[in-house]
Amino acid sequence: MFGKLTIEALPLYSAIAAGGAAVTVGGALLVAIVLTWLKAWKYLWTDWLTSVDHKRIGVMYIVLALIMLLRGFVDAIMMRAQQATALDAGGYLPPEHFDQIFSSHGTIMIFFMAMPFMTGLINLIMPLQIGTRDVAFPWLNAVSLWLSAAGAGLVMVSLVIGKFSTAGWTGYPPYSGIDYNPGVGVDYWIWAILISGVGSTMSGINFIVTILKRRAPGMTLMRMTPFTWTALCASVLMAFAFPAITVACGLLALDRLFGMHFFTNAHGGNMMNYANLFWIWGHPEVYILILPAFGIFSEVVATFSKKRLFGYESLVYATAAIAILSFTVWLHHFFTMGSSANVNAFFGVTTMVIAVPTGVKVFNWLLTMYRGRIDFHPSMMWSIGFMVTFVIGGMTGVLLAIPPADFLMHNTTFLVAHFHNMIIPGVLFGYLAGYMFWFPKAFGFELNRGWGLASFWCWLIGFYLAFMPLYLLGLKGMPRRMETYNDPTWQPYLMVAAAGAVVVLFGIASMVMQLYVSIRDRRLTADRTGDPFDGRTLEWSTSSPPPPYNFAVIPTVSDREPFLVAKKDGTAYQRPASYTPISIPSNTPAGVVLGIFAFVLGFAIIWHIWWLVAVSAIVMFTTVITRSSDDHAEFTLSAGEVKRIEDERFRELGRRA
Amino acid sequence: MSVMHLSEHEREELETREQRALGFWLYLMGDAVIFALLFATYAIMIPGTAGGPTGKQLFNLNNAALETALLLVSSLTFGFASLSVQAGNRKAVLGWLGVTFVLGAGFIFLELREFAGLIAQGAGPDRSGFLSAFFTLVGTHGVHVSMGLLWIVILGAQVAVKGLTAPVASRLFRLGLFWHFLDIAWVGIFSIVYLPGLL
Amino acid sequence: MERHGLATYLIGFVLAVVLTAIPFWLVATHALPPQRLLLVIGIAAVLQVLVHLRFFLHLNFTTTPKENLLALVFTALLIFIMVGGSFWIMFDLHQRMMS
Ligand code: HEM
Ligand SMILES: [Cu+2]
Repeated sequence: MFGKLTIEALPLYSAIAAGGAAVTVGGALLVAIVLTWLKAWKYLWTDWLTSVDHKRIGVMYIVLALIMLLRGFVDAIMMRAQQATALDAGGYLPPEHFDQIFSSHGTIMIFFMAMPFMTGLINLIMPLQIGTRDVAFPWLNAVSLWLSAAGAGLVMVSLVIGKFSTAGWTGYPPYSGIDYNPGVGVDYWIWAILISGVGSTMSGINFIVTILKRRAPGMTLMRMTPFTWTALCASVLMAFAFPAITVACGLLALDRLFGMHFFTNAHGGNMMNYANLFWIWGHPEVYILILPAFGIFSEVVATFSKKRLFGYESLVYATAAIAILSFTVWLHHFFTMGSSANVNAFFGVTTMVIAVPTGVKVFNWLLTMYRGRIDFHPSMMWSIGFMVTFVIGGMTGVLLAIPPADFLMHNTTFLVAHFHNMIIPGVLFGYLAGYMFWFPKAFGFELNRGWGLASFWCWLIGFYLAFMPLYLLGLKGMPRRMETYNDPTWQPYLMVAAAGAVVVLFGIASMVMQLYVSIRDRRLTADRTGDPFDGRTLEWSTSSPPPPYNFAVIPTVSDREPFLVAKKDGTAYQRPASYTPISIPSNTPAGVVLGIFAFVLGFAIIWHIWWLVAVSAIVMFTTVITRSSDDHAEFTLSAGEVKRIEDERFRELGRRA
Repeated sequence: MSVMHLSEHEREELETREQRALGFWLYLMGDAVIFALLFATYAIMIPGTAGGPTGKQLFNLNNAALETALLLVSSLTFGFASLSVQAGNRKAVLGWLGVTFVLGAGFIFLELREFAGLIAQGAGPDRSGFLSAFFTLVGTHGVHVSMGLLWIVILGAQVAVKGLTAPVASRLFRLGLFWHFLDIAWVGIFSIVYLPGLL
Repeated sequence: MERHGLATYLIGFVLAVVLTAIPFWLVATHALPPQRLLLVIGIAAVLQVLVHLRFFLHLNFTTTPKENLLALVFTALLIFIMVGGSFWIMFDLHQRMMS
C-alpha cells in the first residue's frame, strides 16, 4: 500500500535532522496559519496561484527562489560551522548528514534558487521590454512554474520524510547507483531534477517563441534590450541543453528502478558516460544562469551611469558566441577521467576561448561607466562589486582550463572557491541587482536604499572572507566535501571562511529588513510614474505595477532605447484618441493542479507506491487534455474597462506633476 | 494568403497559430536532442554485452522490416488525413486517422511482442548494459508512438464533436508534425540498431 | 498554411520505400562487405531523413518560416557536437582503459 514508506522514514534518529524537519513543517504551518488568519486563501488562489499573467508568474518564481536561497544558505552555514570545528573528527554532524547537506545545498542553489530567480526575472521583465502583452504560451508558463515548485517541494519534503541524496549535486554513479545507495536519497534528487527540468525546457521554448514572434512593431533584433538578448540566448540553451540532463538522470533512474546497467560497475555499464551526459548539460547550464545576469548588469550600468551602453553590438555578438561555444567545452569538468592528451587539450583550448567574449563584456560595462554620472543605487553597487570580483574568478577559471593544473586542483576547495567566485558575484549579484532594480516595477514602490547597500557590503565582504581562504586551502591540497580532516594548519582558514558565512548571514538579514522597511514605508517611496530611475526602455513606459494588459496601445519602436527617446521627443505618456478591447488569457487551476500531481507522482515513484503513480499520472493526463482542448481560454477586457484603468493611470501621473 | 486584408481578429489567430507551430517545432528539436543522446549512448554501449547475447543473436530482420513498413505507411495515411483536413472533409479525416491508428497500434503490437520474446529468453533490459540501451532507445520511441496514438484518439474525438474548426485543424497540424517526426526517429533506429546489428 | 498535394506525399512515400528497401535487402543478402554496407546504410538513412523532411514535413526554402529552418540547422549542429564529442570522448577512453 505505501511501498517502501514506513514510520522509519521520519527523521527521529538524530536531533539535528529532527530539528530540520521541525523547522520545515513548522514554517509551512506558520505560513498556513498566517494565511488563514489574514483570510487570504481565496485571494491567493484566484489572484496568484491560478494566474497565467507573466508578471505574477515572475513574482512567484522569485518568491520561490528567495525561499530556497534561505534554505540553501542554512545548508551553507551548517557546512561552514562543521568544517570550522571538524579537526580530528570534531564537529557536530555525522558524515551521512554532512553529505546530505552539501548535496542539497548545491542542488538547491542551482536548480531551485538560481533557475527560478532567472526564470522569474525574465518572466517579469522581458515581455514588458519587447512591448507585448504576455508570453507566447501563458498557461504553459504557469505549468513551468508549478513544475519547478514541485521539484523544490520534493527537496524540502526529503527533510521530513526519508533522506536526501549524499551523492553531491552531480550525483555521479556508481556511487549514486542502487548498489551503493539503496535508500531514497538519490531518488529524491533525480525526481526533483527531472520534474523541474521539464519546466525549464518549456520555459526556454516559451521565451524563444515570445522573443522571436511577439516583439512590438519596429523592434528589430538589434533594437532589443541587452537583457532580452541574453534572455533569448539563455532560453535557447535551456531548450537545447536540458534534454541532456533529462537523459542522464532518466537513465540513472532506470538503473535504480529496473536494475538496468547504464552506469553500473558490472554487466557492461559505463559510468563515464554519465559524466559525459551530465556535463553536456552542465556547462551550458552555467551560461544559462550567467547570461541573463550579464543582461541585467548591462541595463543597470547604463541606467545608473545615465549613458547608452557602450558597444551594444559587441555585447550582442559576444552573448551569441558564448551561447554556441558553451556547448563545446563540457569535458573540462572531467579532465582527470583519463582522456588522452589530444582530447584534454582540445577542450582546454575551447574553454580558454570562451573567456574572450566574456572579457569583452567587462570592457563594455567599464566603458559605459567611464565619464558617466553614476548614481550608486544598490543595483549599481551589485554591478560594480560583480565586475571587480568576477575578474578574479575568471582568472582562476582560465587557470583550471589548463589540464595539468586542473589535475592538481580538481576536487579541491580551489575549485569550490572558483565556482562560487563565478556564481555568487556573476549570477547571484546580478539577480539581486535585477531584484532591487525592477522591484518598483512589480510592486509600485521602491526598495529601501540603505538596507540594500548594507546587504551589498555584507555579501561582498562575506564573500571574500568565505572563499578566498578556500583558494589557499585548495593549493594546500584540501579536498572538497570533507566532513572531517586532521591537518591542523587548515583550521584557521576554515574559521575565517565560517566568519565570512556569518557576514553573509548579515547580508541576508539586511535583505529581509530591507523588504520589511520598504513595505512599511511603501507610501513614501511609491512609484507613481512607473519610471523611478529615468529608465530607457519600454518596461518603464507603463505604470508600476503594469495593468494586466501591460500596454493599452502596443508601442511602435524606432530606437534601441525607445522610452528615453520618447521622453526627449515629448512623445512619452501620450493618450491615444480611443481604446480598443483587449483579450486576455483567463486564469486556470490547471497549472497548479499539474504541479501538485507532479509532486505526488515524484513522491510516489521515490517510495515505490505504484498505485499512486498511476493515479497521479492519470490526473495529470486528464488535466492536460482538458485544458488543451479548451478553445475559449481567454476573456475580453472592454474598451471602457481599459479606459477606466488608463484614466486612473493618467490621474496618478498628473498628481505627481 | 496575404496578411494585409485580414481583420484584427483573424490576424491574431494567424499569429497564435504561427507561434504554436514554432513552439511545437522547438519541442520536436529538443526531443531530437534526446533521441540523439540515446542513440549515442546505445552506440557507446554496444560492446557492453557482459557476456550476454549480442544484437546479431537477438534481432530479427523480418520483424524490423514489418515494423518499418507499418510506420512508413502510417506516415502516408496521416498525410492523407492532412489532405482531407485541407479539403474540409470531416468523414475522410476520421477515416484516415482511424487507419493511421490501426497501423500505429500494429507497430506497437510488434514491438511489444519483440520485447516480450527477448525478455522470455533472458535477454531483458537488466541483462547487460547493451540491452539496457537497446530497450531504452527503442522503448522511448515506442512510448512516443503510444502517445501519438492517444493523441489521435483525442483529436479524432474533437473532429467528431467540434468539427474541423480552426483550433482543431491547428492541433491536427501539430499532431502531423509529431507523427512524421517519429517516423524519422525510426529511420535512425533501423539504421543504427537493427541493420548494423545484423551485419 | 499552404496546400500540399497528394503528389508530394506519394513521391515522398515511394522515395522512402526505395531508400528503406535498399539497405534491408543488402543486409538480408549480405551483398556487400560489412564496412561498405555500413556506409550504404548511413547514406540511405541521411537521404531518407531529408526525404521525410521535404515531402512529409514540407520543409523548403520558400514557405517554411526562417525560424524553423534556423532551429533545424542549429539542432543538427548541436547533435553533431554532442554526439560527435561523446563518441570522441568515450571511444578514446575506451581505448585507453579497456584494451
Ligand atoms: C554565501 C553563500 C554560500 C556559501 C557560504 C556556500 C558554501 C558552500 C560550501 C561550504 C560548499 C561545500 C564545499 C565543499 O564541498 O567542501 C558549497 C558547495 C556548493 N555550492 Fe555553495 N555556498 C554559497 C552560495 C552558493 C550559491 C549562490 C551557489 C549557486 C548558485 C552555490 C552552489 C554550490 C554548489 C553547486 C556546490 C557543490 C555541492 C557539491 O559538492 O555537490 N553555493 N557551498
Ligand atoms: Cu564548465
